Amino acid sequence: MKQVKYDVIVVGAGPAGSLAAIHAAKGGAKTLLLEKDRDIGYPVRCAEGVSHIGLTNYVALDPRWIRSTIKDAILIAPDSTQVPVATNNEMGYIIDRRIFDYDLAMLAAKEGVEVQTKAYVYDLLKAENGAVTGVKLDYMGKKLEIASKIVIGADGVESRVGRWAGLHTAVKIKDMESCAQFTVAGINVDPGKILFYFGESWAPGGYLWVFPKGNNLANIGLGVNGERTGLGCALDLLSKFLKNHYPEASILTTVAGGVPVAKTLKRITTDGLLLVGDAARTVNPISGGGIATGMLSGKLAGEIAAEAIEKGDFSNSYLENYSKKWSKAQGKNHERLYRVKEVIFRLTDEELNSLAAKVINIPVSERTLLRIFKTLFMNRPALMKDILLAIAGL
Amino acid sequence: MIQIDDNRCDLCGACVGICPADAIAMSELKLRIDPDTCINCDLCVIVCPFNALEAEHEASKV
Ligand SMILES: Cc1cc2nc3c(=O)[nH]c(=O)nc-3n(C[C@H](O)[C@H](O)[C@H](O)COP(=O)(O)OP(=O)(O)OC[C@H]3O[C@@H](n4cnc5c(N)ncnc54)[C@H](O)[C@@H]3O)c2cc1C
Ligand code: SF4
Ligand code: SF4
Repeated sequence: MKQVKYDVIVVGAGPAGSLAAIHAAKGGAKTLLLEKDRDIGYPVRCAEGVSHIGLTNYVALDPRWIRSTIKDAILIAPDSTQVPVATNNEMGYIIDRRIFDYDLAMLAAKEGVEVQTKAYVYDLLKAENGAVTGVKLDYMGKKLEIASKIVIGADGVESRVGRWAGLHTAVKIKDMESCAQFTVAGINVDPGKILFYFGESWAPGGYLWVFPKGNNLANIGLGVNGERTGLGCALDLLSKFLKNHYPEASILTTVAGGVPVAKTLKRITTDGLLLVGDAARTVNPISGGGIATGMLSGKLAGEIAAEAIEKGDFSNSYLENYSKKWSKAQGKNHERLYRVKEVIFRLTDEELNSLAAKVINIPVSERTLLRIFKTLFMNRPALMKDILLAIAGL
Repeated sequence: MIQIDDNRCDLCGACVGICPADAIAMSELKLRIDPDTCINCDLCVIVCPFNALEAEHEASKV
């Protein structure tokens, strides 16, 4: 924090914040990236799965990030029927977010962004008309105020930046997945295969995942819908699963987490402020994946912020260009996926079992996710249309 | 009043995201709930993956 005034301050150095900073700086804006934690990329509250396209659309792939390359995905019904899904070869990866997030912040620094850790933002500076004009932060016990023309809120699921600016950001309980995850060692898993378990006994209103990281390591976690935590907290359900399925596992890491499986906020901009990533609720409502979509929103916001600086217009009416771009690129699709989510995560165990029994008869090479949805939504043309449009748009 | 069990809390932020009253603050080291802002909706208690929060309402304080 060498300067007293910046063009753009980004709050939060996750993938969305770093991409926003990179693109703001690329566009010529003097940019500061603030992170409350002492380390960028740690702790990792993520299963670290990302598709090949989702990753390489926004950054040049560095092999150091990749812990395993995923070739197969298996869906598991409540009655334990295993349903392998047809996939293409370059499906995706389990990455190491500790290195990945760190590298993204480093790329930002390379673009001229000033990066500062241990910088906890606790409020915003505002002009008399309510426009955001900077941040208040606590840096190693010292209270500082730093002015900027634009603030980008990239402060994750726990985002408060948007609220301070007057935006409605609270997530509904039915749109929050309550998650627990272990990174475990010493288990026998196929490094190219990801597993998803569905149903009341594994993860009510969500799913349980086993994502291999190579070397007999895996991220094993689950998300329970906020409305359905009555059967036990996420950690208890996960401990039960591990004991039954991988009693030999050593638990190296335990993390909690919240995933907002919501539609993107109605408003993600106001005068002098843009929200990106989890803070704007850009997570894919079905998969819960937010790395790629967070990076996309960060990129779009960074670009618009730089343009706004160049034009000298930081008003909401200019910054709304970001929200329009997001909506076109991904937001509309998320609304479709949200409608589908509202149905599929409410299926009963019997309905899931009967779906599995049907789709298992489709030859595996034709058993795509789309085919599975088609089977499920045979008599529901509106949802079928949502899925077709969403898959075409992705 | 919401009681926080710091030993169980993982500072994940799920409760902060769900709180409709903006009553919860989370720094790198600690979670804090402002009892004056809290509206006792218990959503944070419901969403916590680690059971680190507990509601202590007047009625239950016999
Ligand atoms: C258990 C779990 C598993 C998941 N698995 C996957 C997966 O497999 N694939 C996938 O794509 N997504 C997954 N997600 C979602 C994914 O982790 C998020 O969508 C993604 O991290 C969002 O990126 P972000 O940059 O918006 O926020 P974050 O990565 O959360 O970064 C926000 C940053 O802001 C900082 N911050 C917050 N408040 C302040 C403040 N006041 N001052 C300064 N800094 C602040 C935080 O410390 C943090 O570093 C998972 C999430 C969870 C919880
Ligand atoms: S949800 Fe639970 S574990 Fe997460 S920050 Fe809140 S109290 Fe802590
Ligand atoms: S009880 Fe409700 S208002 Fe109070 S801290 Fe929890 S979520 Fe916020």
